[in-house]
Amino acid sequence: MGAINRRQAFLLGGGFVALTVLPMAANAEPSNDAAELIKKFTGGKEAAKGKITLDLPEIAENGNTVPLALTVESPMTAENYVKEVLFVADGNPNAGVATLMFTPMSGKAEASIRIRLAQTQNVIAVAKMSDGSLFTERKTVKVTIGGCGG
Amino acid sequence: MADKPRIKLPKEAKKGEIIQIKTLVSHLMESGQRKDAQGKPIPRKIINKFACEFNGKPVFSCTLEPAISANPYIQFDARIDEEGTFKFAWTDDDGSVVTAEEKIALKA
Amino acid sequence: MSIRYGSLAVLATAALTLSAMAVFGQEAERKGIPAPPGHVFKTIISGYQFRTKETRALQDDDLENPGFLAVERAADMWKTVDGSEGKSCMSCHGEAETTMKGVGAAMPKWSEKLNKPVNLEQQINICRTEHMKAQPWAFKSKELTDMTTFIRFQSRGMPVAVKTDGPMSPWFEKGKEIYYTRVGQLDLACASCHEKNNGKFMRADFLSQGQTNGFPTYRLRDQRLIPLHERFEGCMFDVRGVPYKPLSDEFLALELYVAWRGIGLPVETPSVRN
Repeated sequence: MGAINRRQAFLLGGGFVALTVLPMAANAEPSNDAAELIKKFTGGKEAAKGKITLDLPEIAENGNTVPLALTVESPMTAENYVKEVLFVADGNPNAGVATLMFTPMSGKAEASIRIRLAQTQNVIAVAKMSDGSLFTERKTVKVTIGGCGG
Repeated sequence: MADKPRIKLPKEAKKGEIIQIKTLVSHLMESGQRKDAQGKPIPRKIINKFACEFNGKPVFSCTLEPAISANPYIQFDARIDEEGTFKFAWTDDDGSVVTAEEKIALKA
Repeated sequence: MSIRYGSLAVLATAALTLSAMAVFGQEAERKGIPAPPGHVFKTIISGYQFRTKETRALQDDDLENPGFLAVERAADMWKTVDGSEGKSCMSCHGEAETTMKGVGAAMPKWSEKLNKPVNLEQQINICRTEHMKAQPWAFKSKELTDMTTFIRFQSRGMPVAVKTDGPMSPWFEKGKEIYYTRVGQLDLACASCHEKNNGKFMRADFLSQGQTNGFPTYRLRDQRLIPLHERFEGCMFDVRGVPYKPLSDEFLALELYVAWRGIGLPVETPSVRN
């Protein structure tokens, strides 16, 4: 990914590494459309912390293929189930990653996908339950660029 | 996206059992962020939607963005209350849809 | 290591290494196989052991492993007629699952006819041009990498078993010489990273023994299968050297020598690496 070729990536590599390990990088204000996407999904309502477990590596072996597993606590019955889960990444060129839509027939609110992360950043999940309540969770994934893994 | 999708689920399940379904399709998932050797942007071309239904009823679906890795892997669960057929559909930006079907029987 | 990338990057790397070690440290025990007498390593360790648990999990499950997309594509191609002789691979070789078992584990192999070793990619193209009268597949083409992966996969779990004596001996020595020759602006040899510093970080990269038992390998970075000579090219490019050409005699010699460094390791194709 990225609009630079190998040589440019290599020459810039040292700088990228330096950027990605600064602790502030993960906590910086999102520079993409993450906030807007979340607002659109929640309708501006506050999402509570909890119910969601995100399984993501602390350090990605490579940012181009990062395994992501989601579990949301829910009985997944017709009366009470997880409807949708929005994933955004606040440090990618575009924040959108995926939106998952569950039904009571899903049985469990669990899913796994593989995502691209352009740099160290937060992956944010927001779950919308069948009763309209909202939950959120986030996890920082360190992404290193430079060296042979590119 | 001519390759056959890869799908794994059990051949049979007990009534009420929750099974795991794994799917993998071949696709470059061209993000639209890259440039070719001449510096021209390579247009985005991804699978933007996946849907799974069982006996005509939706089980799980998702919309996908360019931040999904090439050769998209999607794993989810399904509760089996009756025997029947799963239908899977992957929709490409170019409008083409790749579909697949898998049957599941009830265990006595 | 005496490599300098500028003080900022060095500091950054040090910081990163410390934080990364917290994760990698738990996985410090890397299992391998005992090396035969006279080998450079005491223990021969697959690249699998140097990767994170997430990456290993991608390899461990045949459905989750994207390398199997290539295996399935080539399984169809195996039966597909191509060229003016009206033959497919199957016309001569039958079921790959039986006839190709062990073939990929023993490559590169001496060819009496050509009076030199050939690797799997070359042998596939020899079959295509001589027996099928079909066009050879280009190196790095999806077709050639898929078929190479499919045939190597038939040896999965079997030990790497290249022959290095007899006529192969000068090729082995040539490969060894290349392995220990420093190249490029960074002045690094294969041995600098993969013999002397495996198990350590070079910048953001966790160095393995550089074993080839998993090739072609699905690289997370490229999100596709990478044939061995492309990886060789990549390494030489990364040290800012001028790479040899894929399928050149130099890379063929290196392929033979590096395969010997991993002698006895089970073939893992299609493996998953960073």
